[in-house]
Amino acid sequence: MSGKSSVGAYLKNNMRQYGMLLALVAIMIFFQFMTDGTLMKPVNLTNLFLQNSYIVIMALGMLLVIVSGHIDLSVGSVVGFTGGLAAVLIVNQHWNPLLVAVVCLGTGALIGAAQGYWVAYWRIPSFIVTLAGMLVFRGATLWLLNGQSVGPFPKEFQLISTGFVPDLLPFIGTVFGMKQFNGIAFVLGVALAGGIIGLAVRARKRAATYGMVDEPFSFFVGKNGIIAVAIIYISFLLATYRGLPNVLITMAILIVAYMFVTNSTVVGRRIYAIGGNEKAAKLSGINTNRLVFLSFANMGLLAGLAGLIFAARLNTATPKAGVSFELDVIAAVFIGGASMSGGVGSIVGAVVGAFIMGVMNNGMSILGIGIDYQQVIKGLVLLAAVIFDVYNKSKSH
Amino acid sequence: MVPILEMRGITKTFPGVKALDNVTLAVMPGEIHALVGENGAGKSTLMKVLSGVYPHGSYDGEILFEGQPARFQGIHDSEAKGIIIIHQELALVPLLSIAENIFLGNEITRHGMIDWPETFRRTGALLKKVGLNEAPQARIDSLGVGKQQLVEIAKALSKKVKLLILDEPTAALQENDSATLLNLLLEFKAQGITSILISHKLNEISRVADRLTVLRDGATVSGMERSDITEARIIHDMVGRDMANRYPHRAPEIGETLLTVNDWCVFHPVHPDRQVITNACLSVKRGEVVGIAGLMGAGRTEFAMSLFGRSWGQKISGAVTLGGKQVELMNVPQAIRAGLAYVTEDRKALGLILDESILRNTSMANLQGVSSGGVIDANRERKVAEDYREVLGTRTPSVFQKTVNLSGGNQQKVVLAKWLFTDPQVLILDEPTRGIDVGAKFEIYSIVNQLAGQGRGVILISSEMPELLGMCDRIYVMNKGTFVGELTKEEASQERIMEIIMSAETSWPEHAKAGSV
Repeated sequence: MSGKSSVGAYLKNNMRQYGMLLALVAIMIFFQFMTDGTLMKPVNLTNLFLQNSYIVIMALGMLLVIVSGHIDLSVGSVVGFTGGLAAVLIVNQHWNPLLVAVVCLGTGALIGAAQGYWVAYWRIPSFIVTLAGMLVFRGATLWLLNGQSVGPFPKEFQLISTGFVPDLLPFIGTVFGMKQFNGIAFVLGVALAGGIIGLAVRARKRAATYGMVDEPFSFFVGKNGIIAVAIIYISFLLATYRGLPNVLITMAILIVAYMFVTNSTVVGRRIYAIGGNEKAAKLSGINTNRLVFLSFANMGLLAGLAGLIFAARLNTATPKAGVSFELDVIAAVFIGGASMSGGVGSIVGAVVGAFIMGVMNNGMSILGIGIDYQQVIKGLVLLAAVIFDVYNKSKSH
Repeated sequence: MVPILEMRGITKTFPGVKALDNVTLAVMPGEIHALVGENGAGKSTLMKVLSGVYPHGSYDGEILFEGQPARFQGIHDSEAKGIIIIHQELALVPLLSIAENIFLGNEITRHGMIDWPETFRRTGALLKKVGLNEAPQARIDSLGVGKQQLVEIAKALSKKVKLLILDEPTAALQENDSATLLNLLLEFKAQGITSILISHKLNEISRVADRLTVLRDGATVSGMERSDITEARIIHDMVGRDMANRYPHRAPEIGETLLTVNDWCVFHPVHPDRQVITNACLSVKRGEVVGIAGLMGAGRTEFAMSLFGRSWGQKISGAVTLGGKQVELMNVPQAIRAGLAYVTEDRKALGLILDESILRNTSMANLQGVSSGGVIDANRERKVAEDYREVLGTRTPSVFQKTVNLSGGNQQKVVLAKWLFTDPQVLILDEPTRGIDVGAKFEIYSIVNQLAGQGRGVILISSEMPELLGMCDRIYVMNKGTFVGELTKEEASQERIMEIIMSAETSWPEHAKAGSV
């Protein structure tokens, strides 16, 4: 493979990887146009992140579960349960919110581990185990909350979801001649963009020393340039509103961490191997049971976190919290190119998938499209995305 | 005489490749016609053209069946004319009964409901024809591969077959099952059924074929009459060069004992009271290639897999020393660390992740070797994959190619690369050349010789006796879960091995049924 291969050919070969990203951009442009620019208004953009954070966070864990060849239907109920637990402990029992957060995360992980135990060590199909979990923890939520909504939460707990990173650099705004401008948001955005470019250049250099660069240079520049510009632009928009939501920071850190785990670590690779061919993985010395168990425990942990964020965002815990979240999360992962049979999928894909769903929800709501049509359209998009994937795959054979 | 089937000037192109180039095939009524060629020579493509998988119009050339031009649009058209293909990978539903499978898609109905008595009666008659002594209600998954093959043939017979095409029917079969199947073909011939036999096993072809066509690189190379057929000639025409020796030469340099296994006992994983391996003892020396011969069901794979980190069976006992030290091989990671590698007989189901790249398959068993602190170094990993691709001569455009797209021989090289990267002391190769063409086999043999030359020990399990005789310094004969004989290279011969197996069969009459397929 030489570095001379054309951009077009490279893009074609990596269509699966970039197709959904292009689709997201196209959908955003479409709604930006249809809503007369409301979609990308700073306040709406901020909302978009807040609204979708818990779906994105759970999609990270769901990706690992689906890649390992399983599924977790219980996450919506776990969101309800951990949110309810938080409300009961904080509002009714007056526990310290920080301690409660730890307890709720631990509870989520424990629930995930319990389900993972049956799946991994008893070989009970995950569909059934987590379907049971879905019923059990929905019921448990109802019982815990006595069928009532419990709230409101104290201020410090709400910060998890609705807080913003305080502006440490307020003087930046004056540079742009703007009164309301969150300096730290913009600076962090620029730093992130710079960091991504720096890492990409370093990786390319290292690959070059091994003589293993496939990506055409113009493509490399274009791709990273667009990513950097997009990040800086978004951070600029956020800065003109209230700055960086806390939850965006949490989400970003988790996305980066899970990208790293799936792309570059032994554990991540092994999870893909299990989904690809469990028997071969086992005969290659991989402890398949333990990894499946851990991927479920991890999923529970993230569902617990999502439960906290969702409760904090609504400022109340309701027995209905999290209903059908599992479907949005699973849809996001599949829209992002994961395979039902395991072994295939990516974190970037799952995140993009979650945002495709999120932008569509948001855009259609702004347009005043009824919930009935919204459901139909979302369903069709899921189907179309998977058909696109399968079509691409069959063409490449 | 007019040929029952004539394919004239068949040319089939795929984007960028000419899979068939002006191929001609003529099959006479009532003969067994062998079709041979290396993997990728175009045999399967030709049969897909014939059966209508590639419909008329998607290829050039013409097909005459019973003197009439045939323009099949799909398998249904060719089956209606009596052309039935039995594919290498069996197309049976494991959870359904024999009768249900035979009449699947072709059910005998009365008033829209399945007529079970008639179905079972006809199934019984068909099973009798193919010499299979099983109840029509028996489930497919309760049968061995050999019997399943017979069910496939019975299914073909249910469709009033005129031309039966068998695509490597004996690839997965043991010698005695193969013999049964070949006899059946001869019987059909006596009844006037014409067959086309695609096979890699040259001894079988020379036994049953009346005429033979050799394909190479998508073109017809030669045709032979029964009197001209010799293995040497077939190989010559297949590979396009003389293969003076099918097994590369090696001057064995045998060192000290590397692996010993003593009193190895294993019980069946599902039936804890069924002992599968009984007091098996074996040793391998440095630089030695040790063979294990035996019939299907003798317990060779079970022995190997139970040794490899207890991957098969339960209640395993016995002592293992590796490199002079007593080792515990409780699980696969321990076995790998101790220096053992097991190349499975089923590389698609147990050896490879087919949807993953060569690169990722290569590093799978030794990710520690390309990572530090749990983080994989992508460049180092790629270097490793590229190095093994070069050393083993894996033919592929790039190490990012998915293994599903590789030929059998190249897939096997990827599996070997995976295990070589764990730097094993002893490699167990279970049927390493199954389903691989002659040229690639030679390459695999060369690799085995190199491994032995590096001072590693190799255990070679094979159902092809010539392979064992050609490759091994010493051969153990296994029967009913234990080693019943041990032969040096000089002592070993096919007759001697069969003799040992047969005398062991008769000396343990109480187990006589347990070992059958």
